[in-house]
Amino acid sequence: MSRPRHPSAPPPATRVDAIVLGASAGGVEALSRLLPTLPRDFRPALLIVIHIPRGHPSLLVNVFTPHCALPVHEAGDKQPIEPGTVYFAPPDYHLLVDRDAHGPTLALSQDAPVHFSRPAIDVLFESAADVYGARLGGVLLTGANTDGALGLQAVHRAGGVTLVQKPDTARVATMPAAALAAGPVDFVLPLEQMPAVFRAWGDGGAI
Amino acid sequence: MRPRMLDVASKDFDIELRLLLEALYLKYHYDFRGYAASSLKRRLAQAADHFDCATLSQLQDRVLHEPALFPALLDYLTVQVSELFRDPSYYRALREHVVPVLRTYPSLKVWIAGCSTGEEAWSLAILLREEGLLERTLIYATDINPSALQRAEAGVYAVERIAAFTQNHRLSGARTSLSDYYTAAYGGAVFDRSLKGHIVFSDHSLATDSVFAEVQLLSCRNVLIYFNRELQERALGLFAESLCHKGFLGLGARESLRFSSHEATFTPVVPEDRLYQKR
Repeated sequence: MSRPRHPSAPPPATRVDAIVLGASAGGVEALSRLLPTLPRDFRPALLIVIHIPRGHPSLLVNVFTPHCALPVHEAGDKQPIEPGTVYFAPPDYHLLVDRDAHGPTLALSQDAPVHFSRPAIDVLFESAADVYGARLGGVLLTGANTDGALGLQAVHRAGGVTLVQKPDTARVATMPAAALAAGPVDFVLPLEQMPAVFRAWGDGGAI
Repeated sequence: MRPRMLDVASKDFDIELRLLLEALYLKYHYDFRGYAASSLKRRLAQAADHFDCATLSQLQDRVLHEPALFPALLDYLTVQVSELFRDPSYYRALREHVVPVLRTYPSLKVWIAGCSTGEEAWSLAILLREEGLLERTLIYATDINPSALQRAEAGVYAVERIAAFTQNHRLSGARTSLSDYYTAAYGGAVFDRSLKGHIVFSDHSLATDSVFAEVQLLSCRNVLIYFNRELQERALGLFAESLCHKGFLGLGARESLRFSSHEATFTPVVPEDRLYQKR
C-alpha cells in the first residue's frame, strides 16, 4: 500500500477531494489566518477537528462564517460532504468519514476519547484516509499533544498528501513535531505558504 | 504511541470485516451488518489488538471457536459512555413540554432504546418521580449487550461520577436533591430500589427484533449515529410503530430526522433538544 516518497520531493499532482485538518492549542488563531484566504471557488471539502472543551456549544461556526468565502458548518451525522464546504467537528463527538451509495458522508460517534480528546484528530484522519485514499490532503497545525501523528501516517499510507506546520512557526510545536517524528511527511511549511498548496491540491496542478 | 496493528484502510480489512460480521450473525444472532462502517472498523481494529489478533480473520476464527470471547467482543462493539441527566437541557425540555401531556394519561409506558449501562433509565425514573408520575409508569430499558444490561439493572455507579451527575441533575430543573436517590457504599453509589420497581431491563435489538409495546415516550439517544442509513430507517420505523398517537420521541443532541423517510411522521417539538412528536 505505501509507496516510497522522499520528504522534500514534490508531491504527485493528483487532485484532492477533501482536506482533513487538525489543530489544538493555538488552532483557532492559526485557522483564522488560513481559512479566510480560501477563494469561493475552492473545490475540496475541509473537515476540521480542533480540540475544544466539552460542555459548551462550539462558537467556531460563528467565528469563521463572517470571514470565510466558503460556507462553514458544524458537522452533522449522515450529512453528505459537499465540495468547497468547511465542516467543524462538534464538541464531545468524534467526527469520521463514512461512505454511502451517493458518496462520502460525515459520521459522528461518542466512542471513548483518544489522547484524552473527543473529537480526536486521529479518528477523523484514519476514517477519511479509508474513504478518500489518494484523493485526500492531511494537515496538522499547532498543538500541545500528539493527537494526529498516527492519523497523518494513515493518510500517507493510503496515498494521500500530508502537510505539517513548520514546528518553529507554530504557537505550540509539540503536535507538529510529533507528526514529523512519526514518519514521512510531504510538506513542512509555515502558515503563510499553505494557501498556495491548498489551491494546488484543489486544482490538481503542480505547485 | 504504538501504531495499531491493523490498517482499516486496507482492502483486505473490508473483506474480512464483512466475513466477521456475517459470522457473528450466523453464530450468535447479533446483527452488526447495518452499523456505520467508520466507527465499527475502528472499534474492531482495537478489539483485534486487544485479543492479539493480527487480522480480523484471526479474530473471526477465535470468536467462532471460543464462545467465551464473544461477550468481551460485544463490549468493544457496543461500548458507550453515558451520564445521569446527560445533556440537561434535554431533560428540562421533557419537564416543560412532555410531562404536562404525560399527566393526562392514567398509565404510562416509556421505552429507552439502547439503554447501555442504564444512566438514562435511572435519570428518567428520577425525573418522573419528581414530577409525580413514576407511580403510574413502566419504563422499558432495552439493549443488546447483556453485561451492559446487568450493570444497568444493578444501578451502581462510581462515586467519582456523582459530582457530574449532581450538576447535570441540577441543570435539568431538579425539584429534589440527587442524593435522595442513592446510597454511597463500597466505593459506589447505589440507586434507589424503589425506582427500580418501575424499570424493566430487557434484551432487545433494533436490528432484528420488533415492537413489543405501545409507549407514550420513547428516548433513544446517541444510538442511531452508530447505524447506517438503512438500519436507522428500520429503527425509526419501529419507533413510529411503537409510539401512540401524539407520543414523544427524543433523540441524541446531534441526531435528527433529516435525511430520513420518517421525517414527515413527526413534528419537531423542541428542535434544539431533538424532541419530536408523532403526528
